[in-house]
Amino acid sequence: MVLKFTPAGIYCPAGDFYIDPWRPVDRALITHGHADHARPGHARYLCTDIVAPVIRHRLGELELETITYGEKTEIGSASVSFHPAGHTPGSAQIRVEVAGEVWVVSGDYKVTPDALSTPFEPVRCHAFISECTFGLPVFTWPDEAQIRDEINHWWAANAADGRTSLLGAYSFGKAQRVLSLLDADIGPILTHGAVENTNIVMRNQGITLPDTLQVTPDLNSKDHPGALVLAPPSALGSTWARRFGSPATGFASGWMRLRGVRRRRAADRGFVLSDHADWPGLNSAIAETGAEKIFVTHGYTDIFARWLNEQGYQAKVIPTEFTGEPLDEGDTT
Amino acid sequence: MKRFVDLYTTIDQTTKTNRKVAALAAYFSAASDADKLWTIALFSGRRPRRAITTTKLREWAAERAGIPLWLFEESYPIVGDLAETIALVLPAPTATQDDSLSDWITRLRALDNASEEDRKIAVLDAWNRMVATERLVFNKLLTGGFRVGISRKLMTRALAQATDKDEAELAHRLMGDWTPDSITYQALIEAPDNSAGLSRPYPFCLAHALEGDPDALGPPGDWCAEWKWDGIRGQLIRRGGDHFVWSRGEDLMTDRFTEFSRLCDFLPDGVVIDGEVLAWDMNADAPQPFNALQKRLGRKTVPKKLLKDAPALLMAYDLLEEDHADLRDMPFAERRKRLETLLTGLPSDAPVRLAPLLPFDDWTKLAEIRIDARDMRAEGLMLKRADSPYHVGRKKGDWWKWKLDPLTIDAVMIYAQQGHGRRANLFTDFTFAVRDGDDLVPFTKAYSGLTDAEFRKITAWVRKNTLQRFGPVRQVTPEHVFEIAFEGIAASTRHKSGVALRFPRMARWRHDKPVSEANTLDDLKAMLAQYG
Repeated sequence: MVLKFTPAGIYCPAGDFYIDPWRPVDRALITHGHADHARPGHARYLCTDIVAPVIRHRLGELELETITYGEKTEIGSASVSFHPAGHTPGSAQIRVEVAGEVWVVSGDYKVTPDALSTPFEPVRCHAFISECTFGLPVFTWPDEAQIRDEINHWWAANAADGRTSLLGAYSFGKAQRVLSLLDADIGPILTHGAVENTNIVMRNQGITLPDTLQVTPDLNSKDHPGALVLAPPSALGSTWARRFGSPATGFASGWMRLRGVRRRRAADRGFVLSDHADWPGLNSAIAETGAEKIFVTHGYTDIFARWLNEQGYQAKVIPTEFTGEPLDEGDTT
Repeated sequence: MKRFVDLYTTIDQTTKTNRKVAALAAYFSAASDADKLWTIALFSGRRPRRAITTTKLREWAAERAGIPLWLFEESYPIVGDLAETIALVLPAPTATQDDSLSDWITRLRALDNASEEDRKIAVLDAWNRMVATERLVFNKLLTGGFRVGISRKLMTRALAQATDKDEAELAHRLMGDWTPDSITYQALIEAPDNSAGLSRPYPFCLAHALEGDPDALGPPGDWCAEWKWDGIRGQLIRRGGDHFVWSRGEDLMTDRFTEFSRLCDFLPDGVVIDGEVLAWDMNADAPQPFNALQKRLGRKTVPKKLLKDAPALLMAYDLLEEDHADLRDMPFAERRKRLETLLTGLPSDAPVRLAPLLPFDDWTKLAEIRIDARDMRAEGLMLKRADSPYHVGRKKGDWWKWKLDPLTIDAVMIYAQQGHGRRANLFTDFTFAVRDGDDLVPFTKAYSGLTDAEFRKITAWVRKNTLQRFGPVRQVTPEHVFEIAFEGIAASTRHKSGVALRFPRMARWRHDKPVSEANTLDDLKAMLAQYG
């Protein structure tokens, strides 16, 4: 086996390293910066150069090496390279080759392009370790252009009504993707501190985002009529949100495809915007790897594995501590 | 259907009641009479007859989506709504449609007599001409159950705004057994004389729960107290030489409770009585537990044995109509007096009784009476202001239910299952057990009582502590203790533990209690002996 599934995480015996481990290890290869994949406490880290600033920001000073997309490195007797996963800026699938056998760990991935992340590239392999957060046929994403128009129309209508628009989006990745879709001519864009922290990190590494103004305790919302406020989902309905009076509320997430989940969040509007692959995306990505063996790690694993087996793959469920697209920041911890 | 779908979308995209009502009022001002009539019907729980079984709809949707049926079936509980699941799995439409709500309903009803093949062709064609929201609404029409965040009360309020009519009068007009086939919009809403409804009940007056002490209600002398009976709220109508029995859910129950036909011999015409339908224990001269009555509810025709074992009786507590005159604006005390006179001299075996008033001089005395409610097989007390009219619906201030504190038991969570609808992908449905030596004996399920934050926390825990899976059910490590509150306990042969609880829910997550301190099967049996 090129990779083994251990209680600490996905392990490569030939190179003596782990990929996105959830227990502290000596050497960790990290697919991307989300908290369920990049955890503190490892002795050494390896990730893409694009992801590194966010990981340093989240986890502090680390012994961290970087690698560019497509660059090959030898670790022990394993040959390792990182390939775009299209999930968040710098997110990678990790390809591991040992004695001619190729395994790929997908991390989290999205096959359709967006303005911030390097587009997903299929990688041929023998075995593919895939997420399946949205591995059900009810999850198909509308075009990003449609969602962009929905968000901007909603914002403009609220602004015309004299109401603030409060939009919940996961603060690392999703919030910046929303920013890339906003029409800044509609009004000012305000941000919660958690979102702005990531904005600063990304701007410092040269990623272009529209101008934003962080909400501070002395900010008076009346000074910013027609504003859109971007905040982590947990801020919706919190005391923090009260300063905006009775704002129109929205939530950007793949889960918004389900009406029941949106109603539970008590948001007026749900915008179906995910940084994970939808059902057609998962199926096409897996087909393009050419792999026969598929290991599914998180999401609707049992159902998706059964489906894949019926499609002629050898699919298995691997228990992991990855969480996929959380509804709340707190859900990952 | 576009106007109706837009209405649905607007309602669905806000959590604010005022906006929903405004959208609905705007719709009622603009839509055609036929569409308005159907909209009123749908939002008051009157749906077109189901022309196609949901089994067929699932099969056709899966086939059209190119997925195996099992995969559709696995997706359904996660989405939590069949109409929505179908709308979501179908491929994008290749055509459009521009027909009205009533056109579509007419077309659907024509399918009643069509062959299965023709039904399938018609449904697949409809799906192919609709975008996702249209499909969702259309599927809701197909499957029934049109619950979309608009209560009947809100619909009535919007209709009142749009028509400039009195809301209470409209609420009354909308009661009873009309259907869009039996009446026109004009006759139902606009026509001045609406005497068509011989069987039509009045909107029920509902009580709020009393939190805390009744002291705040003012002088005790202003109030009347009754037991809060544990049966089915019902209205008995004597009009036109006939009688009708309605449940609060506006089910016509006349045929299910044949005993009440005898009342035509005792009660004059033009009378409406509000009361509680109970299964009566003739020997003990007390109500039977609710589950005895429940057996009768499940039956369209009642077998003789059941009629004998669980005879029904109306515990009458209010008089809404006498001599064909609406009494609802009279003070409760006056209505009550008339009710007493009306029921005086009835034979002792008549299936109607006057609900006794409970005399009390001060609130302390009433609190003492309340403690005995369980012995009376009652749920607590009802408090009614003596000078109050009979309101439409739930108005705060004049009627209060002062329920008994629930019974509680500390139990161990052993199975968990994901919720539906707005609780999809959270673990919310749990099975609880009591200790029996080293064993854990399951005795109840509970779904409610925790906050969303607690459900999220327990969901994360369930994911990491699953011992075994049985389809959607997960057996979890017996580690967490919850205080289960419930209203009653009865012996049951259907449950392993030998008991069935009434209204079980999670009162508290007992983080402070280890499993070893949860209650035992003996504790549960002792409760059965005391309260069962």
